[in-house]
Amino acid sequence: MHGNANGLLLSGNHAVAHGVRLARPDVIPVYPITPQTPILEKITELQAEGQIAAELLTPESEHSAMSACISASLTGARVFTATSSQGLLLMHELLHYASGARASIVMCNVNRTPAAPWGFWPDQLDSLAQRDTGWIQLYSETPQESLDSVIQAFRVAETARIPVMISHDAFYVSHAVEPVDVPSQSLVDEFLPAFRSDIRLDTEIGRSFGAPNDQANWNRSRRELDASMQTVNDLVIDAGRDWGALTGRSYGPLEFYRTEDAEVVIVTMGSMCGTVRDAVDEMRDKGVAVGMLKVRLFRPLPVAALREALAGVPCALVLDRNYSPGTGGVLHQELKSALYGLAGAPRLHGLLTGVGGVNVAPGRIEQLVSEFSGKEPVVGPVWVE
Amino acid sequence: MELIKYQDEGQFSSGHVACGGCVEALALRVILNTVGKDAIGVVSPSCSAVICGGYPMSAVKIPVFHTTLESGAASASGIKRALLAQGKPDTTVICLAGDGGTYDIGLQALSSAAERNEDILYICFDNEGYMNTGGQKSSSTPKNAVTGSTPAGKTTRKKNLIEILAAHRIPYIATVSPSHLNDLAAKVEKAKSIRGTKVIIVLVPCLPGWGLPDNAAVRTARKAVESGVFPLFEVFDGVDYRLSVGTRSQSVETYLKEQKRYRHLSADQIAGLQAETDAEWDRLQARAVGGQV
Repeated sequence: MHGNANGLLLSGNHAVAHGVRLARPDVIPVYPITPQTPILEKITELQAEGQIAAELLTPESEHSAMSACISASLTGARVFTATSSQGLLLMHELLHYASGARASIVMCNVNRTPAAPWGFWPDQLDSLAQRDTGWIQLYSETPQESLDSVIQAFRVAETARIPVMISHDAFYVSHAVEPVDVPSQSLVDEFLPAFRSDIRLDTEIGRSFGAPNDQANWNRSRRELDASMQTVNDLVIDAGRDWGALTGRSYGPLEFYRTEDAEVVIVTMGSMCGTVRDAVDEMRDKGVAVGMLKVRLFRPLPVAALREALAGVPCALVLDRNYSPGTGGVLHQELKSALYGLAGAPRLHGLLTGVGGVNVAPGRIEQLVSEFSGKEPVVGPVWVE
Repeated sequence: MELIKYQDEGQFSSGHVACGGCVEALALRVILNTVGKDAIGVVSPSCSAVICGGYPMSAVKIPVFHTTLESGAASASGIKRALLAQGKPDTTVICLAGDGGTYDIGLQALSSAAERNEDILYICFDNEGYMNTGGQKSSSTPKNAVTGSTPAGKTTRKKNLIEILAAHRIPYIATVSPSHLNDLAAKVEKAKSIRGTKVIIVLVPCLPGWGLPDNAAVRTARKAVESGVFPLFEVFDGVDYRLSVGTRSQSVETYLKEQKRYRHLSADQIAGLQAETDAEWDRLQARAVGGQV
């Protein structure tokens, strides 16, 4: 038992800030936005106390924050930032730039409804809409997982040379307080040594970045990015396993909860997983053969593992806390694509649950299982409350 | 004849792809050689990006980072902070941007960097329009000038970026011209020795954009200075104004008449531009004399 010797009561956002402290970043450009702000404030507080040695940069916008992240990272610095919703959307241009420039940035995004209308509620469309920007995307269920993922993310980002975005839900994770094991600095230093890429902006090296390319070289840049993306699934597995060896908390691209012999598997991401866990326990107690498949790594999507996990399962319910107009739930689309042509694929129901942050209680999930598990799926979005 | 006093260390190579006769390349050569080898560049999309070269070629010897159009000052800040974190405070981080990337889309990031007094040297090559996209108006385009997006002539004045920057109380702002290269080199040298945000605006008469013959760029830049349309001066700490060329020897009309972008002007419009230039000159004189706003 690794225990809670260093246990603190922390919100998800403060857990992230402690993860950042332990990762020893060099540069932190960051801009405030509800509900990310406690990350910024805790980081600035820790920096003012001398617990974080990073250069702190507070520019006028998320756009400039991400611009500074990219160039600092390419200069060889370990870089962190955090944002949410409108801020992430404002960064969109630079998100493409960051992955194209192979900047090893780690960012925490607090999932929040995008305007209009204005809202501040948990909804994952902000980050899911960035799925084509070339960022690795992890979704976190708890404050503990957010802290642990920040540290693992640096190792993945710096090995693959691809930026990583860790998203956790507004308020349900960002502001909910729970006991969090905060590992020691020596443990984290062992897991995550200092990093300085030998490919960097440096007067002694003379390398430049980002100059205009012809078609063939631009094409090659994306093939190289793709080749690196293909390594990410294994890097996430390795980082999660090694972290587990040090802390007792292992992670992977997917997590299976009571899916043995399940007739119905609920597939979801983020804080909804906590609710589904309770619902699964309740239903298992009543003899319902149900389990949960938690998608932690959304980009690159672990397609092979999803196909293996769901082959032969009679029914799967995808719970999406997001709505992509004109299609439906993003995770549902992704699952349909991942399972295409799979022999023994489940009946795949896509349910829009909790869009805009509306509450989804465990009892409601039980109802959804009984309502949909015997039905044939329909084409198009299914709104449930 | 005055010789250009600067040491060419080979920091800018021949064979670049600027238009023949372009004085942005000339200014860039002097600037880069004055800044020297211990420097990292940030290049915003602009003629500078073209001149610096497409992969795998580079006309500049320092490492450069090509960034997005609105991000010049923010990207430079990121590099500077990374160098500070690595214990390299003396490396010059130099931004090479156009007027579109400075007066327009990059102003927000530049204002923020200036407010934070980031230790960067920001060079704006001001050719008074989006010349790299074929010549459309920017907020730096002067009144009455014809561009691709102001075919009847721009109806509003050129934005006074220097006063905006001065309001940030940054340590150093200067205007320079490729017609006065010793002054240009001296100002770059001075800026290099100052910690904090330094902005230098280089007037770049654009041959195709302004409608000038290939040999007219230096001559036109000189007329801009000598008519007072583009006065050469410095501003220290946002309040201490110092004129580099203290007299005017040419009329505004002399400056305008060789440029096709002003070919349509009436006598009244020319007189109007002369009057505006006179008023601005008087304001600048008053500031420079008092050393205060």
